[in-house]
This record gives sequence, structure tokens and C-alpha cells, in this order.
Amino acid sequence: MIWQSAKMAFKSVMGSKVRSFLTMLGIIIGVFALVVLVSLVDGATGYVTDTISSLGSSYITVSVLDDKGRPLHLEDLDEIMESGIGLAAPMAQTSVTGKNGRESGSVLLYGTTAAYQEVNSINVSYGTFLRQTDVDHHNYVCVINQTMADELMGGMDCLGQTVELSGLRFTVIGILSDDDESLTSLLTAGMMAAYIPYTTAQRAASTVSSTIDTFYLSPLSDSTVEETNDRIKAYLLNRFSKDEDAFSLFDSSIIEDAMGEVTGMLETLLGGIAAISLIVGGIGIMNIMLVSVTERTREIGIRKAIGASRSTIMLQFLIEALVLSLMGCVLGLLLSALTLAIITQLVDNVTFHVSAGVAWVAIIFSLSIGLLFGLYPANKAAKKPPIEALRYGE
Amino acid sequence: MIVLQDVCKTYEVGEEIVRALDHASMHVRQGEFVGIIGPSGSGKSTLMNIVGCLDLATSGSYLLDGQPIEDYSETELARIRNKKIGFIFQNFNLITKLSAEENVELPLIYQHLPRRERQERVEMALNRVGLWNRRQHKPTELSGGQQQRVAIARALVTKPSLFLADEPTGNLDSRTSGEIMDIFHELHDQGNTIVLITHDNEVAAQAARRIRIHDGHVTEVAE
Repeated sequence: MIWQSAKMAFKSVMGSKVRSFLTMLGIIIGVFALVVLVSLVDGATGYVTDTISSLGSSYITVSVLDDKGRPLHLEDLDEIMESGIGLAAPMAQTSVTGKNGRESGSVLLYGTTAAYQEVNSINVSYGTFLRQTDVDHHNYVCVINQTMADELMGGMDCLGQTVELSGLRFTVIGILSDDDESLTSLLTAGMMAAYIPYTTAQRAASTVSSTIDTFYLSPLSDSTVEETNDRIKAYLLNRFSKDEDAFSLFDSSIIEDAMGEVTGMLETLLGGIAAISLIVGGIGIMNIMLVSVTERTREIGIRKAIGASRSTIMLQFLIEALVLSLMGCVLGLLLSALTLAIITQLVDNVTFHVSAGVAWVAIIFSLSIGLLFGLYPANKAAKKPPIEALRYGE
Repeated sequence: MIVLQDVCKTYEVGEEIVRALDHASMHVRQGEFVGIIGPSGSGKSTLMNIVGCLDLATSGSYLLDGQPIEDYSETELARIRNKKIGFIFQNFNLITKLSAEENVELPLIYQHLPRRERQERVEMALNRVGLWNRRQHKPTELSGGQQQRVAIARALVTKPSLFLADEPTGNLDSRTSGEIMDIFHELHDQGNTIVLITHDNEVAAQAARRIRIHDGHVTEVAE
């Protein structure tokens, strides 16, 4: 019976194509607005989240704010690594003057250890990164970025050459790759930067002391950022007399969480606005169904005379409303998919597609609207007494 | 087969109470061809509505196939109309969007018959009225006589106990009217019960028995 009604409803909808299309337009636009807006926010969020995590959600920045008289030294970082908490690399930063012959300029100087390369996923395009022996022996070696190689050293073939940093001579042992999206290259974009052993930095710059204020920590291969976060927190609490304010831990999941909150709110807001247009579309369906019920009074009378019961008529008109709203929904979804595909073509890097979640929301919402706004006209049709309906228009 | 006993039907029109049927009594036996004749406003439409189970009497009793038709819900009345009564109307009352075939199939769909059986019976009914080759046509593509034959096919497809025809030739020219009346005679000859309501004495004269209705009163017409 339902199948028969659905067939009849489909026939009736297709019987007046222009009117059905105009009726559906409200639902089409509503679904389109809902799906496209939410999917756009979704796609953009995905892109931003990916960018953030490529900057290194994989490491934690640890800052010591109050060392309680027990500051951290390089040996402590070794202990942290040996005890399986994670991979730790110290970070001391200062700005010095770099000189090569007659060329000179301001150089960002980073003091760190060999572990920094792995912690920060750094790519070296020429030579090597700092080695453990360089740190152990306070070697005067440096790894420079491409900007520095270009501007101060006159090109990429400067490996083994010396450069003067803060009046001390350093041998260039490596040049960083410029094409990665790590936080390192982002922070030093357009500026000259040099990485030297932490131990050497203590001698080269007066601002770098033997105590470590900041270090990076990345999880070991078998654990997550969260686990590592818990472990280092326990370690530092233990060290700094259970004072949570003595240190701060930061990883990009904090930014991701905040982003998620903002975009979640945006999605709800835009979805809500789109839902209003869906409801308006539903009112359009109700309006046309009411007109249809009046127009087809005689048909209702005939159907009743030859044996259609109240519920059969009700079902017929209800299914017709559902067919209208569902067809509108499907057309809206197709239009959304097409639009998102076009936007994806136009915008670099970001992929937009109809997210399954919002598609289901659209389908369920459209069906409920068809049901809700179809109910009144269907009931009106079903309640028509057969004799009056048969006599209608005579 | 049909027994009406003291049937009254009153309508309220504003303050006034209109008595459309006033203690009407009549009976129709199985296999009879009865003509009900009366001028417009005589209450013959009301009588047809009650006999056709489209409406319930205000008072009195109505037996159809020995079954009392009273206090039924709308749904039950719909089922009785579907199974027992084949309507033929003056203005054909076909659904214009549906083809001849689909119009004839409709009452069977309401009976929830399986598709195969529906198709067999539709073919039989349309062959009976000689329109099987026109089954794909919409009512608007058929002549008045053909439309009425589709309506007769729709009535006979359910094998009803009673054919109830309300001015079936009212919208047709005399030649087509003759054809339609021939079909009624055939149906009668095959043992079907037919009640034909008309204001036309000539048409009524073709029925084996005539009942006159006037101002809500029913009287047998003497042979």
C-alpha cells in the first residue's frame, strides 16, 4: 500500500513539474545553504587544523617559570630522556650580529642539542645537523637556514666555511631545508637564523646561562602527546615542590581545542540560519499541498467512493509531501556537492566535500519538515466527506 | 438484497430542517434491474448516497446483502463501497491524471490485491467493455461514451453485489446512450443486480422494474 501510494505520489509530483519544482525550491535552497555552509566551515577547519598539527602538535613546549632553587641543566634533560618521558631538546634564543667578510646582519641564534632535529622534525638539505659530540665538546659549529646562506654566505656551497657570530668564529656544518612547514621555518621566515650547540651558546652569548628555562619535548614513538604531557607534568611537579604555577606546558592541541570550539559554534550558528530557510521551505510545501487538496477535492471524492479509506487518502497526501521534500533534499544535496567541488577547484590546498553528518541532518530535517507540514493538508483531505467531495465543482 | 425500511434523511440548512427522504421503504432482489425515477430535488441523490453507502440514514434501517448498514465508521463504509458497490456516475468521475487502465485498477489497489491478479482482472474488465486497446489513454483522450465504459469497467472489476448508476447516460448523445444501456442489459443478463437512477422516463422504461421517488416518498410504479 505504501509502495502504491509512493508511486502515485511520485506520479502526481511529476505530473506538474514546474509547480513541484517551485515548491521544492524552498527545500532545495534550505538544504543547499545548510550543507554548503557547514561543509565550508568543516573544510576550512580541517585545513587550519592540519596546518596547526603540521607545525608540531607532536611536541610540547616546557617553560620553567620558577625553578625553586633547583634549575634544570642539560644533565636533567638527559635524565628525562633516559627515564622514558620523551625526547627533550633545550632552547636558548638570542639575537647577535653575524659577519662574513664585509657582509653583516642580525642573526637569530638558537642554542640547542642534537635532539632538536628529531623533536622539531627538521630537514637538513646540505651537511648535517648538530651532533652530540658538538654539544659535548662545546664545538664552534653552526647549522644555518637558507636565508642566512643566501644573504650572508653567498649561496649553498658554504659548508665548511666560517662565519663570525657575536665576534666568535663558527664553522658551517649544515644548511636547513626551506620547504617544510615546521614551526622552526615559520618562526624564522625571512630572517637569518643559526643553530649552535647549547653548551657553546652559553659562552657565546651572555644571556644564555647554564640553567634551562625552555625546552621542547616530543613523545617517544610508542606514546602520545597526552601521555607525555602527563609524565612530564608529574616529573616537574615532583621537582618543583608540587607547585603547578612553577612551569607551563604548551602544545598545539590547546590551539586546536580552541579552534574546534570556535568553528563548532560557527557551524551551529550557520546551520541554525540554514534550518530557518528549510522551515520556510516546509511552509511552501504546506501551502501548495493545501491548494492541491482543494483542487483535487473531486479526485478525493472519487477515490473515497470506490473504496479509499480516510487513512489511505491521508497516506497519499502525506507521502506526496514527503516525496516533494525528499526530492528537494536530494536536489539540494546534489547542488551542494557540485558547488563544493567547484569551490575546491577554485581554492588551493583546501578540499571541501559534503560531510556525511550534515547530509544526514539535511535528509532527516527535510523528512521531518515534509511530515510536519504535510500532516495538516493530508488530514484536511482525508476528512472530506465523500458526497460533498464528489459534488465539488458541480 | 437491498431492503430499505422507513428510511429518513434530514439535513439542516441554516435554521430549516430539510427532509430529503421521508419514511422511504423499498426492496431490490438479487439479479433485478431496477430504475429509480424522479425529478431533480425529489431526493433521488440522497437515496443513491444511502444505497451506495456514501452516507448514513438519519433513521430507519438499510440492509445490503442481508447486512445492516448503520453506525458504521467511515473506514468500514469505505470497505463496503469498495467490495460491494460499483458506482457509475453521470459525469464518469474518472481520475484525469490516470490512464484508463490505472483508473480501473484503483479499487483493486484499495483491496490490497497482488499485482498479478490486479492485472488479470483489469484486462478482463476492459475487454468486457471493449477498451483494452485503449488502456493507455487518459480520460481526456477518450470520448464520453468511452469514458463511461471505463467507469463501468472500474465498477465491474471488483465483482460488486450491486451496480449503482446515477444518470449514466445524462451526458451522452442518444446513440452512445444506447451503447451504454446495452452494456447494462448484458450485465443484467449475466445475473448482476443493477439500480439505475434517472429523471428520464425513456431510460427508466428499459429497467425491468421502476420505482418513483417524489418529495422524499418512494412508490412502486405499477406495470
